[in-house]
Amino acid sequence: MTELFVLAEHRRGELRDVTFEMLTKGRELSQKINADLTAVLIGHNVKEFAKRLADHAKTVLTVDDTRLEDFNAEAYQKVLSHLISERKPLLTLIGHTSFGIDLAPSLATELNVPLATDCINVDFEEKKPIVVRQVYGGKVNVKASLRTSENYIVTLRPATFEVQEAEPLGGEIIEIPSPLKEDIPYKKFIEYFEPPAGEVDITVADILVSVGRGIKDTENVPIVEKLAEALGGALACSRPIVDKGWLPSDRQVGTSGKTVKPKLYIAVGISGAFQHVSGMKNSDLIIAINKDSKAPIFRAADYGVVEDLFKVVPILTNKILEEKKSSS
Amino acid sequence: MDIVVCVKHVPETAEAEIAIDSSGKGIKTEDLVFDINEWDDYAIEEAVLMKEKHGGSVTVVTVGPEEADRTLRKCLAKGADRAIRLTDKAFEGSDAYATAKILHKTIKDLPFDLILTGTQAGDDGYAQVGVILAELLGISHATMVKKIEPKEGFVRVNRELEGGLEQVMEVKLPAMLAVQTGINEPRYVSIIGIRKARTKELKVLGLGDLGLKEEEVGESGSWITVEEMFIPPVEKEAEILTGGLDEIATKIVETLRAKGLI
Repeated sequence: MTELFVLAEHRRGELRDVTFEMLTKGRELSQKINADLTAVLIGHNVKEFAKRLADHAKTVLTVDDTRLEDFNAEAYQKVLSHLISERKPLLTLIGHTSFGIDLAPSLATELNVPLATDCINVDFEEKKPIVVRQVYGGKVNVKASLRTSENYIVTLRPATFEVQEAEPLGGEIIEIPSPLKEDIPYKKFIEYFEPPAGEVDITVADILVSVGRGIKDTENVPIVEKLAEALGGALACSRPIVDKGWLPSDRQVGTSGKTVKPKLYIAVGISGAFQHVSGMKNSDLIIAINKDSKAPIFRAADYGVVEDLFKVVPILTNKILEEKKSSS
Repeated sequence: MDIVVCVKHVPETAEAEIAIDSSGKGIKTEDLVFDINEWDDYAIEEAVLMKEKHGGSVTVVTVGPEEADRTLRKCLAKGADRAIRLTDKAFEGSDAYATAKILHKTIKDLPFDLILTGTQAGDDGYAQVGVILAELLGISHATMVKKIEPKEGFVRVNRELEGGLEQVMEVKLPAMLAVQTGINEPRYVSIIGIRKARTKELKVLGLGDLGLKEEEVGESGSWITVEEMFIPPVEKEAEILTGGLDEIATKIVETLRAKGLI
């Protein structure tokens, strides 16, 4: 019987959302090509996770070892390459997350199995996977095929597949003895590090005005900050602003920063890479200001302004201040 | 510490108009400006900073056509000691896997303690090359690296995780580290600086020099074949507010007032 693997991702005692997104996609694919869906759970003291995963897969393979407690690509690769060599799943799905990025390419190389990363869709034509990926910062999509092989590995972009409610599968939990024989000599997990919190918590603000690369210089940031102040909101930003050191990292919205859901989100000079959009797409009202009409941010926004931010933002700020004055 | 840095010469597309070319499998690049891949700019900076602090050498390597020399010269101007460009007709159409094989054949014979590269490239975004290269070389690796502290025989690194969290790892040397943007502040180099770096060595090698077979590289040596490129279908599009600047601002204010946000 053909088998599909989904690698469960967990961190600090919690299964990550991407696990269930992949299981949803995996179930759809397994029905299409008549395959068995298997969740692969690697960790330490993860029995509770196995029970939850059993609702979503026909089989749950668990490997328990103290050396697998925290993610370590070296240890995970040893276990996964063992499981894939033994059971030869047609396809293994892994999240295109910080863990998946560290793990999938070396695993695929070791096993000589074709790999497609950061896919926003995967389908089968015959028994061969066809994937869709985004390139050039989300401005172009690529449909691509993988070299013919007995097994494939695909990493899926997080927050791309909606988790569907479905009939629990009541999967069988199988414990596999840990294949880790010796120590993990090359890589050692030391600890988690959480950057200290700043004075502003953007996750609780009702109104966020967020600034991106389009602002061009740190000296221009106050232009956007004034708009935030006029609205009584907080100033947030996209990744490049933090990378350049123009604002502290606790202001960053996106996968590597904060996920926010304000009543109003105004994106100023932000192109809208998926990493940013997945951190703000559930805001109640989204307004985007960007001079590039093709910027992906306009696919996430309710209202768009295709103008030079340096012209439109000061006018908007003044209008809001006038409006507030006249109504008070 | 001897460091090899892998870089890529890519088109800047963040603010550019993009069109699909006649093959349907690529984009029109004639009007695009090419530069060093943003992530790799942080990698070369990190290498030069380490050299300045601990001594050693920095060798920068790329796979690409003659135009990619501009990116190499920029890296030399930033402080790299020598550059190698790998180029061959047969390399065209290489995906991350084939590219890593090309790099491997060159780097395996270079002395190094550390290989640095960007976590991903801004064009194809595979986020694979460095890790595949590490596996081919049989050395350890870490990706999405936000901080590097060299120690005796290993490096202590902070890896970026989702949600603002980081993971501290110790990685044995030699190692490949793929860095994340924001790890440092890449220095600016002037055109004069780039011109001055012309005296530094820039070596060009091809298929035969590397002892690679044609079928190992290009499309035939790749995992992935591009079937089609297309502009993403629009599922949802913002309502674009039109008119003069004043008119647009008024429309926004009215919308916010109607929703009780002002």
